[in-house]
Amino acid sequence: MLERKSDLFFSALVAGALLICLMFMDAAISQRLDREFVQERREVVRVLTLTDLCLFTEARYTRHPSMADLHTPFQDHPMSFDHFPSGAIMAVPPHLKRKAGTLQRWISDPRERQ
Amino acid sequence: MGAIEKQRNILDFTLSSLGRRKGKNIALVVVYTFVIFLLASVLFFTHSLKKEAFLILQDAPEMTVQRLLAGRQDLIPTHYIDTIRQIRGVQSVAPRLWGYYYDAMSGANYTLMVNAELNDRAGEIIIGNGVSMRSMSGKRNQALRRNDIIPFKTYDGSVLTLKVRGLLPFASELVTADLILVSEADFRKLFSIANDQATDLVLNVRNAKELSTIAAKITQIHPDTRPILREEILRTYDAVFDWRGGVIFMVLSGVFFAFIILAWDKATGLSAEEKREIGILKAIGWETSDILLMKFWEGSAVSMAAFFMGIFLAYLHIFLASSILFEPVLKGWSVLYPSFRLTPYISVYHIATLFFLTVIPYTVVTIVPSWRSATIDPDSVMRM
Repeated sequence: MLERKSDLFFSALVAGALLICLMFMDAAISQRLDREFVQERREVVRVLTLTDLCLFTEARYTRHPSMADLHTPFQDHPMSFDHFPSGAIMAVPPHLKRKAGTLQRWISDPRERQ
Repeated sequence: MGAIEKQRNILDFTLSSLGRRKGKNIALVVVYTFVIFLLASVLFFTHSLKKEAFLILQDAPEMTVQRLLAGRQDLIPTHYIDTIRQIRGVQSVAPRLWGYYYDAMSGANYTLMVNAELNDRAGEIIIGNGVSMRSMSGKRNQALRRNDIIPFKTYDGSVLTLKVRGLLPFASELVTADLILVSEADFRKLFSIANDQATDLVLNVRNAKELSTIAAKITQIHPDTRPILREEILRTYDAVFDWRGGVIFMVLSGVFFAFIILAWDKATGLSAEEKREIGILKAIGWETSDILLMKFWEGSAVSMAAFFMGIFLAYLHIFLASSILFEPVLKGWSVLYPSFRLTPYISVYHIATLFFLTVIPYTVVTIVPSWRSATIDPDSVMRM
């Protein structure tokens, strides 16, 4: 059936493309099946008034990044480096980078919120 | 001979030619696959995590008000509630009491939080799945069960023993793995917090459009406070796992550029055997365009094989093997780490990005040096 090497090549290409299609199908099915769990997590967040995902429990500013302030990674000394590994993986939450006194501008100008 | 038949003949020859340098090409495909696997794993992981955070945190508090003191978050006086409640548009204000507890026995950090349902059941706690797996001896194979006792050392030095009343649902581990829900009395006793203080305040407003105006009013009335909007929480998770920034991108860039050097070296330094092959082909009547076609198919075969394998392996790694290779990096120094399975969220945009970042550059660097060899006199090429 696959007499020539080019037949084999095109068959492999089709198989690869099918594999990617299968990945998308699997993702769609999993999303549908997990909808109930997502709803459950959402409910837990609402009832317990949670604000963050529990991904890194080693430091408070990575456990609750949205609640952290700019100084917590440097809590030991103003010049000390952030010494928790997770601090190196995560970027700084965008609202912490907002300059002091810009809240009013942030409120009035929608572009500031982008 | 039709155009398609011509392409097939060239492809047949190319694949046979690749087969003659089996070892070298297999090694190249393995390295190439690994690079794509790493890139795709990071893309899939960060995208799914961001999507999950976006969906779950939709019901996070609309606004959280913290008090800052000397640049750090401090306890907020509960009398702030009265003044904030009077702001037009505020529907409800509630104090939140939460904090961290370091368990010296296991070395884990817990998040302790007051739950109103436990207020008439002082001495009882509800724990997250990660906490239950962390026994007093610190071994993960001894799970805590209902009615087990956990001793806590209070901030005045005494010991407070709390009984496990129940476990939080396993499905919620991504948000509750390290969570311990306690009564208000136990929380205040544990951390010696006065009755007129709370960790922060959470607000509900009547109209979401007024959130930023209310936030501004709060900072006017209480300049020592910092309001955090739900929108900012959602954007936090969109930003913190942005694969285009941070250390992840730096590490992957290193891997990617190492691969580019490898590909460039392979492609520019055509071996004597390859050059002779090109010379012979030209001598027997192949045109320069045919040789370029051959090299195009060669580059395509290698990069497409690596692309499909890399993407598929990355999908299996992230969504079926729970990102096992990333676990040591994500864990860091954490003792508690949620064991969660991410819901697969993949996008055509990501697959296309990977394709254009990997397959296209490799195919191009394969063709360019061959064009140089293919345009010189076959006789001189064969004599090299």
